[in-house]
Amino acid sequence: MKTEQLIRALSADAATRLLTVGRAFALALAAGAAVAAILFAVRLGPRPDIAIVALDPRFLFKFVVTLVLAATALALALRLARPGAETAFWAVALAVAPLLLALGVVAELAFTPSGTWGMNLQGKNWLYCLTYVPLLSVPLLAAALVAFRHGAPTRPALAGAVAGLLAGGLGAALYVAHCTDDSPLFVATWYTIAIAGVTVLGGLVGRFMLRW
Amino acid sequence: MHEREAEWADLMRRAIAGDDAAYERLLRTLAPSLRAAARRGFARAGRGDAEVEDVVQETLLAIHLKRHTWDASAPLGPWVRAITRNKLVDALRRRGFRIEVPIDDLAEVLPANTPEPASGVVQAVERNLDALPARQRAVVRAIAVEGVSIAETATRLSVSQGAVRVALHRGLAALALKLGKIE
Repeated sequence: MKTEQLIRALSADAATRLLTVGRAFALALAAGAAVAAILFAVRLGPRPDIAIVALDPRFLFKFVVTLVLAATALALALRLARPGAETAFWAVALAVAPLLLALGVVAELAFTPSGTWGMNLQGKNWLYCLTYVPLLSVPLLAAALVAFRHGAPTRPALAGAVAGLLAGGLGAALYVAHCTDDSPLFVATWYTIAIAGVTVLGGLVGRFMLRW
Repeated sequence: MHEREAEWADLMRRAIAGDDAAYERLLRTLAPSLRAAARRGFARAGRGDAEVEDVVQETLLAIHLKRHTWDASAPLGPWVRAITRNKLVDALRRRGFRIEVPIDDLAEVLPANTPEPASGVVQAVERNLDALPARQRAVVRAIAVEGVSIAETATRLSVSQGAVRVALHRGLAALALKLGKIE
């Protein structure tokens, strides 16, 4: 078949409506979040004192950090899914969440006695954190990767890793509602390890799954 | 040059709104630029022109199937360039070359300088057409090779026009997948 003829077939298919990139991410993430929420409800549930700590700054800080990470990763993902789109700004913006967390750690070190640092860092449920943050993130990662497949990422491994950051951020935000370890030292250690794991997984899967 | 890019973007906007004549014009305008870019890439790898048209077809399919990833408020040039670079680098990588291919401004290519090669070589789409399911193959062949309309194809195959549209779209998507796996 000549290229001329191929063009004829392509133009005959012009009317086919395709989902925009933004809508694809919205739909996929909504589905992924629903699965993660069910998983959370069945296996974890909110911490018993959630009504009491709801306005506690250290507790809220965990939401802020994880959601800022998810939001910046989503903004970057929407650009990575479009060939030729400008990504530099949002790539730099990814640093906001780690910087916030670093500030939280500095504040924690400044205002708590050094004798409590080791205990706070280790926390009570670090193994839970390392298990459930990735577990809650997996349906969200699958969703983000499916949305990316609908897009056209020209850097598959990077796109997969950013999908991992996005899913890790959202999964961690969900886990926050259950987690009773509120020290930024705990978050900076265990949440970081868990989200890094999801990011590496996203990058590895993305490398193969996001080619087009 | 910027005028041409503005014209491309305008054609693409109309295409996305369903104007297939505008779309056909856009793809015909783009093809020579893609061909020139592919030729440069293959020359850089020290390969001949024999497979250039394969890459052109693969890129056109990618542009088509990913057209919803273009932001209608942005210029079309950078988007087309990124897709072209991606497809070209991939095609060369499958042939064992890992090279960077700078894609120049596609709008600067003069169409007259890069005509489609005379047939003789069986090109990528043709080679993969037989692997499609029967209906998709029949639909793609009727519309592309014979230039039959969707309505007429529907009558000919005694199916609805909707079924023809679906078969056409799926057939093109399947072709794109197969083209990406050559060698």
